[in-house]
Amino acid sequence: MAQATTKPKLAVWKFASCDGCQLSLLDCEEELLQVADQVEIAYFLEASRATVKGPYDISLVEGSITTPHDAERIHQVRRASRYLITIGACATAGGIQALRNYKDVREFLSLVYASPQYIQTLSKSTPIHDHVFVDYELRGCPVNKYQLLEVLSALLNGRKPNIVPHSVCTECKRRGVVCVMVARGTPCLGPVTHAGCGALCPAYGRGCYGCFGPKETPNTASLSKRFKQLGMKEDDLVRAYRSFNAASELFRRESESHER
Amino acid sequence: MRGKNIKVDYLARVEGEGSLVVKFRGGQLREVQFQIFEPPRFFEAFLRGRSYREAPDITARICGICPVAYQMSAAHAMEDAFGVKVEGPLRDLRRLLYCGEWIESHVLHIALLHAPDFLGYQDALQMAREHPDLVQTALQLKKVGNDLVALLGGREIHPINVKVGGFYRVPRRRDLNEVEEQLKWAREAAVQLVKWTASLPIPLFERDYEFVALRHPAEYPFNEGRLVSNKGLDIAVDEFEAHIVEEHVPYSNALHARIAKRGAYVVGPLARFNLNFDRLSPLAQEVAKEVGVVPPCRNPFQSIVVRAIETLYACDEALRLIAQYTPPDQPAVEVHPCAATGHGCTEAPRGILYHRYRVDEYGIILDARIVPPTAQNQKSIEGDLWELVQANADLPQEELQWRCEQAIRNYDPCISCATHFLRLQVERE
Repeated sequence: MAQATTKPKLAVWKFASCDGCQLSLLDCEEELLQVADQVEIAYFLEASRATVKGPYDISLVEGSITTPHDAERIHQVRRASRYLITIGACATAGGIQALRNYKDVREFLSLVYASPQYIQTLSKSTPIHDHVFVDYELRGCPVNKYQLLEVLSALLNGRKPNIVPHSVCTECKRRGVVCVMVARGTPCLGPVTHAGCGALCPAYGRGCYGCFGPKETPNTASLSKRFKQLGMKEDDLVRAYRSFNAASELFRRESESHER
Repeated sequence: MRGKNIKVDYLARVEGEGSLVVKFRGGQLREVQFQIFEPPRFFEAFLRGRSYREAPDITARICGICPVAYQMSAAHAMEDAFGVKVEGPLRDLRRLLYCGEWIESHVLHIALLHAPDFLGYQDALQMAREHPDLVQTALQLKKVGNDLVALLGGREIHPINVKVGGFYRVPRRRDLNEVEEQLKWAREAAVQLVKWTASLPIPLFERDYEFVALRHPAEYPFNEGRLVSNKGLDIAVDEFEAHIVEEHVPYSNALHARIAKRGAYVVGPLARFNLNFDRLSPLAQEVAKEVGVVPPCRNPFQSIVVRAIETLYACDEALRLIAQYTPPDQPAVEVHPCAATGHGCTEAPRGILYHRYRVDEYGIILDARIVPPTAQNQKSIEGDLWELVQANADLPQEELQWRCEQAIRNYDPCISCATHFLRLQVERE
């Protein structure tokens, strides 16, 4: 068993997800041992078989709610946690799993599974904040590991995380990347997408595809107009807004407005 | 002796959510189940109606640990459908990217997930208190793999730079200088890692497995080759579905892959190593012989050593690829979609990952099939557990349970990957 300690207790919980966001914590190769110094890692199954009972000071929650069992379990996590932080697009916006929200999930079941009657699943994939109060939401598919460290550090020091809600465009300009849409006519979701990745795609010569979800007050209608001038069809627009943050309100509305 | 049931609700240090149930009745072993209760995730269904261009980005989201494998299998399958061949420096860059993922994924598993079992630690952080240098070095080595993926792919998890036909942007020669220096250090560190893993107390355990891996005429396999086994399988990738069947076993609610008319098989590091030892670099072969781990290696607990040898190979191969690199004229080959079916199979860190897509004339996906490595290993994992429990039934309960967990971790199971198609059973007692 882990030793008794007075350090804040950290727990990491997984719901429907790819494990990538909690892996970001293990990917902090240079900072991992320092983090482990500051907190007691009380529940983190991807890393340890030792678990410590709650309550926990900080709970990081990865993944979306897609089964009746998980819809119950998230309430237990909330009750056991002082601060509950969602990490990544699945936990914050339903993630790629929310593509099921636009289809008949029973049809999906029969496509993937041999005997669908045994599968327990909900018809929608929903973000954590649809079920319980969330103290802070970290965006991204996956999260940016430095933002994850910033959130942890802010909580440990009793301050607000310093994470800005502006667009990928702002990061692009800061990085000195030439605009792919203006210079080359490549459709890019950067103007409506939340910052956090460091304008990765434009820096690699491709248009942003929206991993971090909508920024605050995005003008999606105007961007869609420009996309059409660049040759995109209605179907393309539906797909563009409907990917890793398909259930976030602002992208959902825009995608639906292009559906025939 | 009375049978002792074992039940581990949430397996630790694996990727995703799985559980283990071992049941005795009247002192007799009755049931062994490696259960998967991770919520089902309908990727094959999500892919319908999406563009071929999106397949690498969408399938990457099946797994945060081996996204490159998904991107590679998806890209190759689409290129197969459209009759496109990616060669020269673009092909080399793909191998280089895969080297990064192998290093990152293998070292994560060796040092953070698996080694603590051999030494009796609950986790790597506990291990770090008594072996700080070792854990620090491993983290540094893992970082080199991640840095390589981030350099070529844009970021470590769900890279953004892979596309059907090649890449969005390719590095200049000088962009690789820094990582080349890191890799020289990493190669040395990997040699030490092989020696260290070989010095671990490795349980004696052997079974007669059928190993399945890709085999290429000249290379240790990443992206291409024929599917071969030590028991006579030798097929092209597009024959996969004719030879591999999925069966529904009554005691478990999961679909198990097996070779038609034969049975369980093993994919992953042990399979590649046993079938392709002669394709490893001279240094990797030499170090393997030095520590006495050579084919045929039938002890799954030795997979930790083989993973370290493959890590060494990946460092060596990455350095070779960088040394001969000249940037291509174009970052990608042009692709013209047509109505077709394409197959792709590449070597994920955990073993072969098969993709098949049917697309229409606009490149819109009509149908998709994905068979990840963990689904293929599941039957062998349960086979190991049967024998292990029977041979060690007199061990104290806690010790036997831990040994079973360790045996599952031999396969570095990626449960998140497997659940896009495995059937689900939640047992609550």
